[in-house]
Amino acid sequence: METAPHYAKLYTKDLHLHYGPKHALKGISLDMKAYKVTALIGPSGCGKSTFLRSLNRMNDTIDNVNIKGSVFVDNVDIYHKKVDEVQLRKKVGMIFQKSNPFPKSIYDNVAYGPRIHGLRDKAKLDELVETSLRRAAIWDEVKDELKKSALALSGGQQQRLCIARALAVEPEVLLMDEPASALDPIATAKIEELIYELKTTYTIVIVTHNMQQAARVSDYTAFFYMGSVVEFDATERIFTSPKEKQTEDYVTGRFG
Amino acid sequence: MRILPVPAQPDQGTPPTVNPQSTPPVPPPSLPVRKVLTMKKPFRAGEYAIEKFIQSVAIISLVLIGLIFVFVFREAYPLFTGKVLAAAPQAQVEEAETYGVDPGAPDIVEAPELEQNQENFKPSSLVGPSWQPVSLDPKFGLWSLLAGSLKVTLIALLIAGPVGIFAALYTSNFAPKWAREGMKPAIEILAGFPSVVVGFFALVIMASLLQNIFGFQYRLNAFVGGVAMALAVVPIVYTVSEDALNAVPKVMMEASLALGATRWETALFVILPSATPGIFAAMILGFGRAFGETMIVLMATGNAALLTASLTDPVRTLSATIGAEMAEVVFGDTHYRVLFFVGALLFMISFSLNAVAEFFVRNRLMKKFKGA
Repeated sequence: METAPHYAKLYTKDLHLHYGPKHALKGISLDMKAYKVTALIGPSGCGKSTFLRSLNRMNDTIDNVNIKGSVFVDNVDIYHKKVDEVQLRKKVGMIFQKSNPFPKSIYDNVAYGPRIHGLRDKAKLDELVETSLRRAAIWDEVKDELKKSALALSGGQQQRLCIARALAVEPEVLLMDEPASALDPIATAKIEELIYELKTTYTIVIVTHNMQQAARVSDYTAFFYMGSVVEFDATERIFTSPKEKQTEDYVTGRFG
Repeated sequence: MRILPVPAQPDQGTPPTVNPQSTPPVPPPSLPVRKVLTMKKPFRAGEYAIEKFIQSVAIISLVLIGLIFVFVFREAYPLFTGKVLAAAPQAQVEEAETYGVDPGAPDIVEAPELEQNQENFKPSSLVGPSWQPVSLDPKFGLWSLLAGSLKVTLIALLIAGPVGIFAALYTSNFAPKWAREGMKPAIEILAGFPSVVVGFFALVIMASLLQNIFGFQYRLNAFVGGVAMALAVVPIVYTVSEDALNAVPKVMMEASLALGATRWETALFVILPSATPGIFAAMILGFGRAFGETMIVLMATGNAALLTASLTDPVRTLSATIGAEMAEVVFGDTHYRVLFFVGALLFMISFSLNAVAEFFVRNRLMKKFKGA
């Protein structure tokens, strides 16, 4: 394990992103520390999700996207043309806003990632599926019905299954794009608890619309507005003594 | 709900009420009334007429399909009651010739003097290998025709299925925008191609080409017919599969990519399985098209009613048999009735296949995907 546990696992340098003519990210430079949760907050359309998606090159799947600047993961520029985005995404996993399990069984959902990465051994696969489901705090609820379709689960369970699925490929970074926005308060609390536990093993970047959630789960918070980072600091300071007026207005709910 | 007449002017004092128990919807005097929603639904004549017109068009098309069913089955029905006109013996063709007489007038068939000519037709004679409808001892065995239809359909589906599905996978997942926009209409134009043109192409060019490549004993055979048929089936399989693949939510693709899957892994292991019901439907539609298609097989298969196991022998299909022989049969005789029975058979096979497919998709696949 790394000697300095809280070095910047990911950092971006002057990251610009254009959707066709739209300038969505305007020179973002941000450090995301290892084994910490970094929350990205800001009003809708401010670029926080776009920023998150550029951290594992998910924006590559969208036409008309033009990226300038660099994103470093473990000091490797992931937009360098020699970097394989497939390997990158294995290392930098992602949880989406809407839970999106595959129309397969619970077991096959979790085993999908390891299988495509070449794991065929049934015993090892079983073990990996179990540990992933346990880590995602859903094992006890599904252990007797692993063969059941994942689509039969409730929304909160589906989202935790998606987390288990992401964990099964053994990533180092987890990007979460509003992972609890479609869930009820109880399911949300479970996800938040989970995030708290996961940060001992993973570096987490989370986009959220929910101020309380950002305050509860994150160590650092970046406030995005109109494609730029207005303020980035320890979460405590962002919520108690922000430097910028805009940040204060936003976190206190006066605009946004 | 009970519709109450509402006073036009609520400030009138005592509004007339129909139901004394219910209070009229008069707001308290402190609130100003801006607009009272009158509970009187106007009769919109245009709306009504258009609705009824559309409805009747839908009903008419249903009725037409029903009538075609009834007609085809009615013409075939006497085969099973045993009251069929005897096939005219070769020597008496002149006498029994009905060419020129309006075949639509049913009283001729029912005419008593013709009833002497009725013979007993055993439905069991439909089950047999030989199709020799015009000989001194006519044989109406349908096995060879059925086998011919199945052979050509099988070959067509084996070619058109993978081609159509993979083409659809390519355009829905991999093709750059310009390729997608060019390819879809191009393939769909192929669907509108007159089948006689495809058949002619197969007859003149493709048959010789394939014979030169594979060295077939017979220039026109089931394989040539199947390949030509595939040209007609590909667009159907392609279009329906493409729609099904495009309907797979993009989040599925993203989830898979985010797990470090390549684009092909995503397409094959996530998107294709998620679109299974639609692709299944595409194959069924393709089967229906191939099984019923007439002109292509009539021109390209050689039309010999042989019952063999080889896929490279000439065949005669059910549909081509109707197409080739219906114009030459004696109205109302056994051959005529058998051809209608063949039509009914085509109907029933397509219909039951569709029904089975529908059932299968609904009960098995949907259950799997909806997670019930």
